[in-house]
Amino acid sequence: MAKAPSAQAHAPAPAVAASHHELSKEQLRAIFRSMLLQRTVDNRGFQLNRQGKIPFAAGSEGHEAVQAGAGMAFQRGRDLLVPYYRDVGLCMACGFPTIEVFYSLFARAKDNGGGRQFPSHLTKKSAGIFSFSSIIAGHMAHAVGAAYALKYRNERDRAVICTFGEGATSEGEWHEAMNFAGLHRLPIVFLCENNQWAISTPQEKQMAVKDVAIKASGYGMEGVIIDGFDPIAVYDAVAAAREKAASGGGPTLIEAKCYRFLSHTTDDDDRTYRSKEEVESHRKDDPVPRFERWLVEHGVVSTVEVEALKKDVLREVNECTDAAEAEPYPQASELYTNLVEGAWEPWQ
Amino acid sequence: MATTITMPQLGESVTEGTVAQWLKRVGDPIEKYESFVEVSTDKVNAEVPSPATGILSRILVNEGETVATGTPIAVIEDVAAAGAPAPSATAPSIAEPAQMADARTPSEQIAAAIPTPAANGAARSAGPQTTTPSGAVISSASAHASPAVRKLAREHNLVIAEIRGTGQNGRVTADDVIAYAKQRGGAPAPAALGAMPYAGEAFHTTQQIGGAPAPVPHGAAAMYANPQFGQTIPLTPARKIIAERMVESKHTAPHAWSMVEVDVTNVWKWRSREKDGFQQQTGYSLTLLPFMLRAVSEAIRQHPLLNARWTPEGIHVNAEINLGIAIGLETNLVVPVIRNADHLSIKGLAIAAGELIEKARRNRLSVDDLQGGTFTVNNVGANGSVASAPIINGGQAGIVTMETVVRKPVVTKDDAIAIRSMMNVCLSLDHRVIDGLIASRFLNALKAGLEAMGPTGSL
Amino acid sequence: MAVTTGTNVMNNVEAVRATLYEALKNDPRTLVMGEDVGPRGNVFLITKGFLDEFGPQRVLDTPLAEASIVGIAVGMAMEGLRPIAEIQFSDFIFPAFNQIVGEAAKTRYRSNGDFTCPLVIRTPYGGGVRGSLSHSISVEALFYHVPGLKIVAPSTPADMKGLLNAAIDDPDPVLYLEHKKTYRLIKGEVPDGHYTIPIGKAAVRKEGHQLTVVSYGLNVHQALEAANQLEADEALKVEVIDLRSIRPMDKQTILASVRKTRKLLIIHEDNKFGGIGAEISAMVAEEALFDLDAPIHRLCGPDVPPMGYALPLEEEFMISTERMKQRMREMVKF
Ligand SMILES: Cc1ncc(C[n+]2csc(CCOP(=O)(O)OP(=O)(O)O)c2C)c(N)n1
Ligand SMILES: [Mg+2]
Repeated sequence: MAKAPSAQAHAPAPAVAASHHELSKEQLRAIFRSMLLQRTVDNRGFQLNRQGKIPFAAGSEGHEAVQAGAGMAFQRGRDLLVPYYRDVGLCMACGFPTIEVFYSLFARAKDNGGGRQFPSHLTKKSAGIFSFSSIIAGHMAHAVGAAYALKYRNERDRAVICTFGEGATSEGEWHEAMNFAGLHRLPIVFLCENNQWAISTPQEKQMAVKDVAIKASGYGMEGVIIDGFDPIAVYDAVAAAREKAASGGGPTLIEAKCYRFLSHTTDDDDRTYRSKEEVESHRKDDPVPRFERWLVEHGVVSTVEVEALKKDVLREVNECTDAAEAEPYPQASELYTNLVEGAWEPWQ
Repeated sequence: MATTITMPQLGESVTEGTVAQWLKRVGDPIEKYESFVEVSTDKVNAEVPSPATGILSRILVNEGETVATGTPIAVIEDVAAAGAPAPSATAPSIAEPAQMADARTPSEQIAAAIPTPAANGAARSAGPQTTTPSGAVISSASAHASPAVRKLAREHNLVIAEIRGTGQNGRVTADDVIAYAKQRGGAPAPAALGAMPYAGEAFHTTQQIGGAPAPVPHGAAAMYANPQFGQTIPLTPARKIIAERMVESKHTAPHAWSMVEVDVTNVWKWRSREKDGFQQQTGYSLTLLPFMLRAVSEAIRQHPLLNARWTPEGIHVNAEINLGIAIGLETNLVVPVIRNADHLSIKGLAIAAGELIEKARRNRLSVDDLQGGTFTVNNVGANGSVASAPIINGGQAGIVTMETVVRKPVVTKDDAIAIRSMMNVCLSLDHRVIDGLIASRFLNALKAGLEAMGPTGSL
Repeated sequence: MAVTTGTNVMNNVEAVRATLYEALKNDPRTLVMGEDVGPRGNVFLITKGFLDEFGPQRVLDTPLAEASIVGIAVGMAMEGLRPIAEIQFSDFIFPAFNQIVGEAAKTRYRSNGDFTCPLVIRTPYGGGVRGSLSHSISVEALFYHVPGLKIVAPSTPADMKGLLNAAIDDPDPVLYLEHKKTYRLIKGEVPDGHYTIPIGKAAVRKEGHQLTVVSYGLNVHQALEAANQLEADEALKVEVIDLRSIRPMDKQTILASVRKTRKLLIIHEDNKFGGIGAEISAMVAEEALFDLDAPIHRLCGPDVPPMGYALPLEEEFMISTERMKQRMREMVKF
C-alpha cells in the first residue's frame, strides 16, 4: 500500500502472506470467479450489441481486479455502495444477482430499474446499492450525504464506498463532495478506478498531475495509490480504508490504477484515438490471466479447477442471457408509474 | 429454422452501416457468438457475433455495400434448431421492418424510422393515452361557439343558432359562418338612431356616435331598407326571429296597458347642466335615457313583481335587475342588456348604455350583451311617438316606453299654468304576473322618481 | 446572405461539421472546445479531422467539467475570441447552468453594454435513439425563460448551417440545439459559401389554410410527413411552421398563419407542462383569441421524466407521425 509511481503500478501481485487482511482460499477463489464473471458478462454485452439485440453496453475489461477486490472488502448488509456505470462487476461482487444484470442489458420488465436507465445503471436498495444516473460525478455528493446520515445516526461499523473514474475528478461536484467529506471526517471510501481514459481523453489531458490520489491532501484526507490490476492489493487498501472509515477515522481516497481495454462503450470506437499498440502493451498485465497464474502458482487452484470455473461461469452467463432475453419488455404504461406527482394526468 | 441477420445499429444516431468484410463464407459453420462479419458505420467498426449456431446459408449484402440499420444482411440456417434458443421476437433490430436507405427523401426515411401505428398500437393501447380519447378536450368544447365564430357572426349580424354546423358534433365552424353569410347575402347595417329634435336639442338620441360609418346593407336587408311596391322581401334570419318572438309574446302573455305623464323639466335642466362636463369626461353625450333607467330600476326595487317571469311552476322573481334597452336599427331591432342596473349610478348607466348603443351601431354586440334581460325600456320618443303599446320581451313581466317630450302648458300644484316639459311613459305588462294595481303603483313610483330628480342632484 | 455557388447534399452532422470547418478556416477568433472534440472528433464525429487541420489550441479537448467549459468560453468571448463550446449531450448541461443562466445571459445587461458575450453553446438533444433517461432529454424549456439567451433548434441541413453561422456572428450567447435523431436521418441540400439565417425567423414549410402546426426539430419532419399524407389521402390542407428559433420567437409568422387557419396545434417532444407550447399558446391566446375557431392544442411528450430505455417506454414517449395525423385530422374536422 505504498504510494507507488504509476509506472510500477502493474507489478506482479504480492504474495498472499503479504496481505494485510488474511484472505482464505475460499475468498481468493471467490475473487477469481468474480473476475471471470465480470469479464464474461462484459463480453456478452458487447456481443449482444453487435448482434443488434441491445442498443448499448458498457464494458469494464481491465477493471476486474479493482471491482472484485473492492467487492470482497464491502460488508454486505452493512455498507453502502454508490457506484458509477462501469461497476457491474463491483455490484455483482457486492451481491447484485447476475440474472438482473441481464434484465438491465435487455431492458426487460423484470429489471429492478424497470428498464428505464441504460444497462449498467443498476439499482438495488436491499443490497445497499444506490441508484445513480449517467451524470458524471453527480453521485459523489450523494455518497457523502449518505455517509453523513450514517454518522448522524451514530451507526458504528458502517461505511460508504463510492467509485468513479479519473475523468470524474475534473467536475466541480467531485471537488465539492470531497471537501465536505474531509471537513466532516465522514465514514466513506472514495475509490477512483483510474483506467487512464475518459472516452477519448487521456489522463494527461484531464489533469496536470500524474496521480489522482494527491488531490486528497487538498481535502484533508489520506490518498493511496494501488495497483488496480492486483485484486489483493485492492482488497487490502479498500478493507483498511473501510475499517478506518467505519471506526471514525474519516475518509480515504484510493486510486486504483488500471486500464480500459475496450472502447468506452459499444457506441465508441477507440481505434480513432489510441493505438492498438498502446492497448496491447497493457494486455500483458491483463489482471484476469495474471491472477489466474498467481493462484495456480500459489496452489490456491489447480488448472483443472480453473477450467471448470470458466465453464461454470460461461454456463451461468449463457443461461442468464437466454432467460433474460425471453422475458418481456415493460408495458408502455410503465412509463407512467412512480411519478412524483402521482398518477399521470392524461391531458394529452 | 433460419435466422435472418440484420444490420445492427452501432451507435446512437447511426442509421446505416457498411459491410466491411465477411469473415465467413456461405456454407461455413458458425458458432453462436462467433464473429462472422465486420461492419463499419459512421461511428464504429465492429465484428458482429452470430446470434445462432448454424451454417451461413445466404449473404445478402456484399462487402463495401451500405444499408440502413435493420436491413437483412445474411441468413444463418440453424442446424441444431432443437437445442438453440430462438432469438427473441422482441429483439429490436430483428423485429423491425427492413428499411431502405439513401434513395428516399428525409421525410420518407423518418417515417420508416418512426414506429408505424401497427407496431406501436399494442404498446400504446396499454398506456393511459388511449384510455382518454384524444379528442376529449375538443368535444367538450364543441357545445360553445368559438371566439372566431362569435366574432364572424357578430360581424355579419348573424345568429349562430340559425347556422347549420358541419364541424364535429354539428359544431358551427368559422367557415360555416362565412358560407352562410355569403349565401344569405351579407350583413344588415344598423341605422343611425332616429333623433327627435326638441327645442333645438335632442332629448332622445342617446349619443352622437362619430367615426365608423355603418356598413351598407345588401341582399334581403337592403331590400328591407329600401322596399319596393309589389315586391316580396325575403326574410332575414333576424326578421324571422323578431317575428317569432313577437308572435310568441303576444300569444302567450296577455298584454295590459297603462300610461302616465311625467314632468321631466327638472331632469332636463339637470342634464343640461351636466352634459358638457360629462361629454368631456366620458366621451359620451348625456341624454334622458340614463335618468329613466335609474328611475325604472328604483321603481322595480320597490315593486319586484315587475322583475318577474311567468313559469308554469310559479312566478319567478329574478334575482338581478337587468334592464334591456331596445334599439331600433334600420332593418332590425336589438335589445342589449345592462346587468344589475340598480347597482349603477346615473353616470354608470349612461356609460353602460352608451357602450351598448355604440356596439349595436357597429354590429359588435356579443351574445352575452343580448342575454339575461329582466325588464325592458324602449326609447320610442326618439321617433316622435307620444303614446305606444309595446310588446313585452318574451320571458319578462313588462316593458316601458319613453315617449316624445312635449313642452306644454301644465296646471301646477298651486293652480298656476306653467310651460313644462312633459313625457308620456307607457307600460305593457304580462297580466298573468301583474294586475293593474301593481302596475299603476310601479308607474307612479317611476314618475315620482323622475320628477324628484332635480338640477341639484349628483350623477 | 452571401451569393452561393451551388449546393451539396448533406445530413445534419455533415452540415454542422462543414459550417464549423468554414468558421475555423475563415475566422481566426473562432475555436471549438468540449469533451472529446479532439482526436475522437466528438462522440457524433462532428469535429472529425479538425484536430489535424487546426491544432489543439483551436480544437480544445477539455477536462470533463461542463461548468468550466461554458465558464471559460464566457471569459474567452468577453476577451474577443469566438468560442464554440460543446456540451456532449444536453443531459449534461446542468453543471453549466449557472454559467449559462447566471453569467453568459447577463453579461451585456450587467455591464450596461460594456461587455457582450459572443458565445455559441452547441449541444445534441432529444430522443428516439434508445438514449434512455440521460441521453434523451430536451432542455429548451429550461432555458427559454431566460432573457439574454438566444435559443435555436434547426431541423434541416441548410438551416443547421445558416443558423450556426448566425449564432457565431451573433454578439450575444446562443444556445444551439441539435436533435440527435435527425443527425444522420435528415439529408438535404446545403448551399455553398457563407450565409446566415436570421435568428428569430420561423419558416413556413408547407402552406395550408385549415390548421396551423408549429413545431421544431425532429417533429417538424414528422409533422410535414403527416400533413403531406393528409393532403394526398384526405385533401386536408395543413400549414406546417418550423419555428427554427425558440427565442426570440417569430410571433408574426405564427400569428399570420393562425389568423388564416384559425386553428393551432403545437407539437414538441419536450414535456408539455411549461414547454415551448405553453408560451406559444399564451401568446396566441393574448393576440389572436378572436381569430380562433378551435381550442389551441399541444401534442407533446408526456409529463414524465424523459423516455425510458426499454423500447416500449421510448415509443410511448415519442410522438409518432400517426398520432400527429390523427390530431391534425381531428382539429381540421373540428
Ligand atoms: C456530466 C457529464 N458529462 C459528460 C458525460 C459524458 N461521458 C460519459 S462517460 C465519460 C467519460 C468518463 O470518464 P471517467 O470518469 O474516467 O470514467 P470511465 O468511463 O473511464 O470509467 C463522459 C465524458 C456524462 N455522462 N456526464
Ligand atoms: Mg477513466
